[in-house]
Amino acid sequence: MTGAEPKVTVDLARALGLTGEEYDRIVKRLGREPSYTELGLFSALWSEHCAYKHSRVFLRRLPQTGPRVLQGPGENAGAVDIGDGWAVVFKIESHNHPSFIEPFQGAATGVGGILRDIFTMGARPIAILDSLRFGDPDDPKTRKLIEGVVSGISWYGNCFGCPTVGGEMAFAPEYAGNPLVNVLCVGLVRADEIFRARAAGVGNPVFYVGNKTGRDGIHGATMASATFDEHAEERRPTVQVGDPFTEKLLLEACLEAMRTGAIVGIQDMGAAGLACCTSEMPARSGTGMEVEISRVPQREWGMTPYEILLSESQERMLLVAARGREEEIRRVFAKWELDAVQIGQVTEADELVVRERDEVVARVPVAALADGPRYEKPTTEPADLAGLRAFDPLSLAEPRDLGATLATLLGAPTIASKEWTFRQYDQQVGINTLVLPGSDAAVLRVKGTRRALAVKTDGNGRQVFLDPRRGAAMAVCEAARNVSCAGGRPIGVTDCLNFGSPERPEILWQFAEAIDGIAEACRHLDLPVVGGNVSFYNETSGQAVLPTPVIGVVGLLEDAARHSTQGFKAAGHRVALLGGEAVSLGGSEYLWTLHRRLAGALAPLDLELERRVQAAVQNAVEAGLVASAHDCAEGGIAVALAECCVTGRQRVGAQIALPGGIRGDLALFGEGPSRIVVSVEPARVRAFEALMAESAIPWRWIGATGGERLRMAVGEADAIDAPLERLESAWRSGFERHMA
Amino acid sequence: MRFAVVVFPGTWSDCDFHYVISEVLHQPVKYVWHRERSLDDVDCVILPGGFSYGDYLRAGAVAGRSPVVESLGGFVERGGYVLGSCNGFQILCEAGLLPGALMRNECLQYRCQSTHLVVEQVETPFTRGLRRGQVLTMPISHGEGKYHADPETLALLRKRNQIVFRYATAEGAVTRAANPNGSVENIAGVASPEGTVLGLMPHPERAAEAAIGGTDGLLLFQSLLGTLVEDGSFLKR
Repeated sequence: MTGAEPKVTVDLARALGLTGEEYDRIVKRLGREPSYTELGLFSALWSEHCAYKHSRVFLRRLPQTGPRVLQGPGENAGAVDIGDGWAVVFKIESHNHPSFIEPFQGAATGVGGILRDIFTMGARPIAILDSLRFGDPDDPKTRKLIEGVVSGISWYGNCFGCPTVGGEMAFAPEYAGNPLVNVLCVGLVRADEIFRARAAGVGNPVFYVGNKTGRDGIHGATMASATFDEHAEERRPTVQVGDPFTEKLLLEACLEAMRTGAIVGIQDMGAAGLACCTSEMPARSGTGMEVEISRVPQREWGMTPYEILLSESQERMLLVAARGREEEIRRVFAKWELDAVQIGQVTEADELVVRERDEVVARVPVAALADGPRYEKPTTEPADLAGLRAFDPLSLAEPRDLGATLATLLGAPTIASKEWTFRQYDQQVGINTLVLPGSDAAVLRVKGTRRALAVKTDGNGRQVFLDPRRGAAMAVCEAARNVSCAGGRPIGVTDCLNFGSPERPEILWQFAEAIDGIAEACRHLDLPVVGGNVSFYNETSGQAVLPTPVIGVVGLLEDAARHSTQGFKAAGHRVALLGGEAVSLGGSEYLWTLHRRLAGALAPLDLELERRVQAAVQNAVEAGLVASAHDCAEGGIAVALAECCVTGRQRVGAQIALPGGIRGDLALFGEGPSRIVVSVEPARVRAFEALMAESAIPWRWIGATGGERLRMAVGEADAIDAPLERLESAWRSGFERHMA
Repeated sequence: MRFAVVVFPGTWSDCDFHYVISEVLHQPVKYVWHRERSLDDVDCVILPGGFSYGDYLRAGAVAGRSPVVESLGGFVERGGYVLGSCNGFQILCEAGLLPGALMRNECLQYRCQSTHLVVEQVETPFTRGLRRGQVLTMPISHGEGKYHADPETLALLRKRNQIVFRYATAEGAVTRAANPNGSVENIAGVASPEGTVLGLMPHPERAAEAAIGGTDGLLLFQSLLGTLVEDGSFLKR
């Protein structure tokens, strides 16, 4: 960019995403008109993406503390104690907007961003999970998005060397114009060696390390704080470009530099880049910062201070070193052939001063930048919601052939096998993965201990749409239940809240209700929310996504060897259903796949029952009493059982009898919380029964494994009698046939 | 037996090999940085998987010309063993220590999956403990693993028994369906004529513990260690 800077006016502020009132506030706070560079700083840091303007008042309602919590929200990631001196660091983040504009780089840099959040804390990343939402894969444009996103994740994660071990992929037309790309990363760190994003110690040098700065991603945070229209592709220059190799070098260099003890604080240059780090780090420490912008390593000619401050070039960190130990930092980064340049120092006055060749181009109080406006905007329940919920799915005729219905459901893209996706991801590097993708939760051992971690993400947009509070609580329960099925005891939550525009009262109502649901479920399950991300403005031309809080749960297994998977292991095992009988076809996959309807009421959620059912399955897995455990989710118990039959090492059939008195389709495909299917080998039946009696939960034997078919009866009626081969082929081809 | 695991910028299986050698096999092992040239105190050098130098040129092309790889020729002449897996195999081919080249997978996508390998050649230090026709299970994880060699080279490879592993079914049948990347003649691993340099795309270090993908990968190391016990000393070979 050459020539004179644009003149600062309220119109320019509006063009940069600020409101007129916000601009007045900036003028009042500074006591003068901001310079062009200063306006750029405010526009980025006061964007919804950075400032959580519309969400902060609600986020306070989430439980964020607990005896194991070492770091709650507010840092690069949360950290939870797992014993033996180790802590697990984890966080989920969205990269929805960039992934729609440029799927490959958008998704790739989503992975890059969350990896940096984890290793900035001093942790080595050990696992990635992706929670993806797309429109119908029948649509060629959606297929192109899927291919781009999956190959972007694959490229970045594989080259960097962190395994992608799980996640989920679901499809609904509401995501067609706004796919969701949420990435969760888990890392391990010694509990007493966690690094934080602080700029403490007046006079300490400030280092810029990593990749050089270019013009990519300028105003990415602002872009992510607005809705799309038909011109979305014109925003491609706001998408960053990733380099996983440099990220890998940055990881090794940062961890090595941390071991020297010369680092005081460190922060990833993510959204809003250098602007964000130079204001947030001192704001957290009650200090200030001075930087000389011309010293920033650049890969393009003639960048202005404005561009350098707001660039979202990837693979960069800002770190504060201990004065006098600069050489140790330089030596480590030189070994890894990365830039490490001192660009300034920590100051006493709590302001950010940016100079370009000694001329001051910005002088702003850090608190003014870091404390963006907070809004408490009106919320309204959508007018048509009560009517939608009143719909009775049983007013529709029951299908004649329930076996064919089961095959149809297994072939629905949301339920079908995602092997097409997972085989493009390295799932094993690090040799920690005990349970690969395709079971309820991924399980990773913690080397040097007997322990393991179980990790899962969940979030059913249809359920949250129909009943945001209960649907969001169910998402927490489902993710935790999946972790429990693997044998983990849930210890922490991270959430990625994907919604439409918060400026619409109906959307904000969904958001507020969902937060209350998450808070309620987390309190009941004793789960602290230690970090996360809010992604608003997921709408294109007025069509918002289904409200989708994606819940990531991390669980702890005391004995890595005592974990469970979902597939049946052998014939002759008994099959039991643990938990509630209450199910509904409202908001179910059945109702959508067969009738293309999104309506009805959700099954009731009893949080106390949920807690006890999870404890029961955790205890059963820990005691080695179950051969398999699988949560009943989309598609109900019939789909869950079919998955048990076809996802083990070999196919194992089953004969199942469910209580009658309700319609077959409701019994088989109805969805409800707190339901787990387990199989038990004959020698352990008695011990299992004793444990269940102690657990004080409803449960029953429903059948046995064996044969080459899945047979299910509801009451007296034979409902399903299907060869496994047919079920498996429906399940294997349901998604992949679209992508081949 | 003293092992060295080479670390290039962008290597990521280094820690996994190190872990297996020290924690599972209880053998002395150290990391060697890509700029080093001295391999004097080592018996076996491991070139691990990863994306050395980002593999932004051809996979392994830059690493194949690095100082540590340049000193491998002399190391092998002095009787040293070299095992290259994944990116390590690509590097050995790029460096000319093994014939042929690794190209982009036929499916044009990255592939991470379990594979079966049929053992074709047991006259190498890495396979001496195995049976010809034995089927091993090991995972792959690569985007450029399609082995290629021209017909003359292939004929020579066959003549000198340098083809060590082929992708196969669980029963050991070499079929097109069992080939995950489209490699010529289902080749998964080749050795130098003397057998002391072995390159393969699969990851033996990911199949070295029962809890993590089985123990078939361990057999290569056990063969290698068994060789030494048999022969008495490393230098005599």
